[in-house]
Amino acid sequence: MRNPVFFLCLCVVAVATYGVAKFIDNAYVFFAGYVVLQYIVLSTGWNILGGYTGYVNFGTAAFFAAGAYSTVVWHKTVPDMPLPVMMLIGGAIAALLGLGTGYLTLRLRGTFFGIATLAMSVVMQTLITNWSFVGGSRGAYVVRPDATDWFGIDYIEYLFLLMLGLSVIAVGIARAIEQSRLGYGFATIRDDELAAEASGVPTLRLKLLATALSGGFMGMAGAPLPYYVTYLDPASGFSLSYAVNTIAMPLIGGTSSWLGPVIGAVLLGTLQQLATVTISSALSLLIVGVLLVVFVVAAPKGIIGWFAPRKGKPGAQP
Amino acid sequence: MDIPFDLLGNALVSGLLLGGFYAAVTVGVSISFGMLDIVNIAHPAFIILGSYIAYIANSTLGLDPILASIIATPAFYLLGMAIYHVYDVSFERRGDNGLRGLAFFFGILFITEVALVLTFGVDYRLVEAPYIGISIHLGPIDLPLRLLVPFLISIVLMGGLHMYMGRTFLGRAIQAVAQDPMALRLMAANPSRIKRIAFGLSIATASIGGAILIIIQPVEPSIGRDYIGRIFAICVMGGLGSFAGSFIAAMALGIMESFTSTFFGPSWSPAVSFGFLLLTLAFRPSGLFGRA
Amino acid sequence: MTDALLTVFGLGKRFGGFVALADIELEVKKGERLGLIGPNGSGKSTLVNCLCGTLRNDTGSVRFDGRTLDGLKAHERTRLGMARSFQLPRPFGTMTLAENLRIPLLYVVQLRKAVPNVDRRCVELLDLVGLADKADHLPADLTQIEMRKLELARAMAAEPSLLIADEAMAGLSNREVDEILALLMRMNEQQGVTIVMIEHIMRAVMHFSQRLVVLVAGRKIADGDPAEIVRQDDVVAAYLGS
Repeated sequence: MRNPVFFLCLCVVAVATYGVAKFIDNAYVFFAGYVVLQYIVLSTGWNILGGYTGYVNFGTAAFFAAGAYSTVVWHKTVPDMPLPVMMLIGGAIAALLGLGTGYLTLRLRGTFFGIATLAMSVVMQTLITNWSFVGGSRGAYVVRPDATDWFGIDYIEYLFLLMLGLSVIAVGIARAIEQSRLGYGFATIRDDELAAEASGVPTLRLKLLATALSGGFMGMAGAPLPYYVTYLDPASGFSLSYAVNTIAMPLIGGTSSWLGPVIGAVLLGTLQQLATVTISSALSLLIVGVLLVVFVVAAPKGIIGWFAPRKGKPGAQP
Repeated sequence: MDIPFDLLGNALVSGLLLGGFYAAVTVGVSISFGMLDIVNIAHPAFIILGSYIAYIANSTLGLDPILASIIATPAFYLLGMAIYHVYDVSFERRGDNGLRGLAFFFGILFITEVALVLTFGVDYRLVEAPYIGISIHLGPIDLPLRLLVPFLISIVLMGGLHMYMGRTFLGRAIQAVAQDPMALRLMAANPSRIKRIAFGLSIATASIGGAILIIIQPVEPSIGRDYIGRIFAICVMGGLGSFAGSFIAAMALGIMESFTSTFFGPSWSPAVSFGFLLLTLAFRPSGLFGRA
Repeated sequence: MTDALLTVFGLGKRFGGFVALADIELEVKKGERLGLIGPNGSGKSTLVNCLCGTLRNDTGSVRFDGRTLDGLKAHERTRLGMARSFQLPRPFGTMTLAENLRIPLLYVVQLRKAVPNVDRRCVELLDLVGLADKADHLPADLTQIEMRKLELARAMAAEPSLLIADEAMAGLSNREVDEILALLMRMNEQQGVTIVMIEHIMRAVMHFSQRLVVLVAGRKIADGDPAEIVRQDDVVAAYLGS
C-alpha cells in the first residue's frame, strides 16, 4: 500500500473511532479513550527508536513530562496560546532532550544509553521538584475550560480529538519510515552497526534522528496532560508506569512493525482502563509487568509474530 | 563566603560514610554488569526486597537487621541463580540479550516494586537496632553509628569478595568468564554454570545491601529507583568489574552528594549522580581508573 | 604517482602501551591485486580497521583516490569507494539476502547515480556470487561459504574501486577456497576492482597476489614480488622461526 493511501485509511479509521465514541455518547468514553490514544502515540514513538534501531529508552517519563511541564509553563505565561501550538513546542523540547542525551551516550554501547535514560527521569524529576515556578513538589493546578471556542465541543472531547489526530500522524510516520531508505538504515543499526557503517550507513546521524523523533512524539503526547488531569505533580508526571507501559506495549504487540505498538497499546491500554475501574490500579500495573516478562521470554516477536509469515525457511540458530 | 570548618568536616565525613554504603550496594552490579556483562537494572529492586526482609525479621522477631540479612543470603543466592537460568535460556543462548534482555530485567524491577507496594503499601518503614541513634563525637565531627556500622559492613563485604575473586578457583573463573568463555570451556568449566553462580552471588549481596540501606534511611518500595543512577554511575566510573575502582568512585560520589546536600539542600542530591554518570559516559566510558 | 589508488604514509596505532602498528608505508596501484600477510597479532586487522575508519590511527595519514581520508568516518570512506568484507561475516541478521544488498545500494550507489530497479539489481548482484535462488532467505539459513559470498556480494554492491577482503577464505575447504578465489579474480579482471587480500592460506595468496606485503609485530618487513618475498630469511623466520 502506498503511503498516501495508507494515511487515508488511517484517517478513515480515526473518523470511525470518533463516530463510535460519539454514538456511545458517554463522557467516560472520551476520558478513557484519551489515555489509550496517548499510549498509541507513546509506544509508537518509543518503537521508532527501540524497535527499529534496537536502543532501549527507559526514560519515557522524562520525555513525556518534558512535554507536560512545558505546557504548564505556557499556561502560566501565555494562557491564550492554542493547545496544538503548545504540543508542538513540547514536542520540540523533548526532541532536543533526546538529541542531547543521544549525543552524549549514543556513541557507546547500547546498554549505556539505556542506563542513561533510566537515570535521566530521576534527574528531570529532581529538577522539576526544585522548580517552584511549575509548582515544585506541591504540583501545579491548570484551569481546564469547559468547552472549546469552536462548535462548543466539550474540552475532554477536544483533547480526545487532538490525541486522535496525533496518533494518526505518529502511526503514519512510523509506517512511512519502515518502508523507506531510513527504515532500512535503522534496521542495520539494530542488526550490526559495524557492518552498517561499512555499507555506507551514517549510524550516529540516524541514531540521533531516531532519538529526536522518538522523544518528540513522547513530548507531544505529554503536552496536553496538564489540561487532562488539571493537577500535575512530579510524582504523577514522572510515574514509572509510563515507562513500563511504553516498553511493554510494543514488546507485547511486536517491535518489528508499526502495527505492533498499536495492537499493544489498544490491548493493554483498554485492559488497564477496565482493570483500574474493576480491580485496582496497582494490580493492573502488576499484570502489565508480568505480561512484559512473559512475552519477552516466551514470545520474542510479540503478537504480530503469531500471524506474520516468516522470511525464508525457519532459520536454525548457530 | 565563610564556610565554617565543622560544617565542612561533617560534610566530608558523612560523605565518606555514605560512599562506603554506596560501595556495598554497588558491589553486586560490579559482578553482574562489570564481570558478566549482564545489565541487571533490577538490582536496586532486590536491594529494596532485602530491606523489607530485614524489616520483617526486625519488627516481628526483633532480629538485628544485619544478622537477618546474612541469614537471608542463601535465599537470595538461589533466587539469583533461578533468574540467571531464565535469562540464560531465553536470551543469552539465543544471542538476543540486548533489547529483550534489558526489557526482561526492567519487567522484574517493576514487578518487584509493585508487589512490594501491594503487600506493604507506600509508607516508609524503618528498623530498630541498638546502634541507631547513637553518635560518637570526635571534636567538632559527628560520627553517627547509623552510618558507621554500614560503612564497616561494607568494607568487610568488599574485602571478602575481593579475596574470593582473587584467591579461589571459582572466583578466578568468574573473572575470566566474560573475557574468554572459550578458554574457560577448555579448562572443563561450564561458562553457564560459572555465570549462574556469579549472578547468584551478586543477588546475595543485595540482601546485605538492603539491610544497611534500611539502617541508614527509612525505605519505601519506589526508592530503589533513586539508586539506579548512583549504582551504575559508580560501576562505570570505577571501571567495570573493579572492586577497588568502584570503592573509590563510591567515595567520590558520596562526598559530592554530601557537599551538594549541605550547601544546596538535600532535594538536589539525586541530580549529582546522574550528572556524574552522564559526564563519565560522555568523556571516560572506560571509567576514571580504567585504561583509555 | 598517477596510478596510485591508495597511499599510506607513516601510519601508527597504539593501544595503551602496546604498539600495534608503527610507521607503515604502503602504496596500492589502480587495478592491482595485493596480498597482505603476517602472523597472528601482527597488526593486519588493525591496519584494515585504520584504513576503513573503524579505528583512528594515531600518526600518519591515508590518501585514497586523490583525497586525504584522515578524520573521515567509516561510512564516508565506503561512499568514496573503499569497501571491505569482514573476517567473521557480519550479515544483517533480520533481513533477507536481497535486503542485505539493498543497504549499500541505498546508502552508497544511489548517492552517485540513479538505480532504476533496486530489487532487480539486488538479485543480479546475488546472481554474481551464485546466491540468486536464496534471495528471500535469511542469513541464518546459509552455509559457511555462502555467508562468505554474501559478505563479498554486499561489499561489491557498493561498487567500490578498492576491495579489502579480510580473510575471506578462512575455514573453507580447498574447493571452496578455489571458488572464492575465482570470484575475486573475476571482480578484479572484469570490473577492474583493486583488491587487497589479507589471508593466511598461502596457496591462495601466492596464486592471487601480484605483489606481497608482510607485516610482523606491527611493522612492514617486506614488500615486493611474491615468489621472492617468501624466500627472504626474515619472512621465513617470522613464520617458522619463533
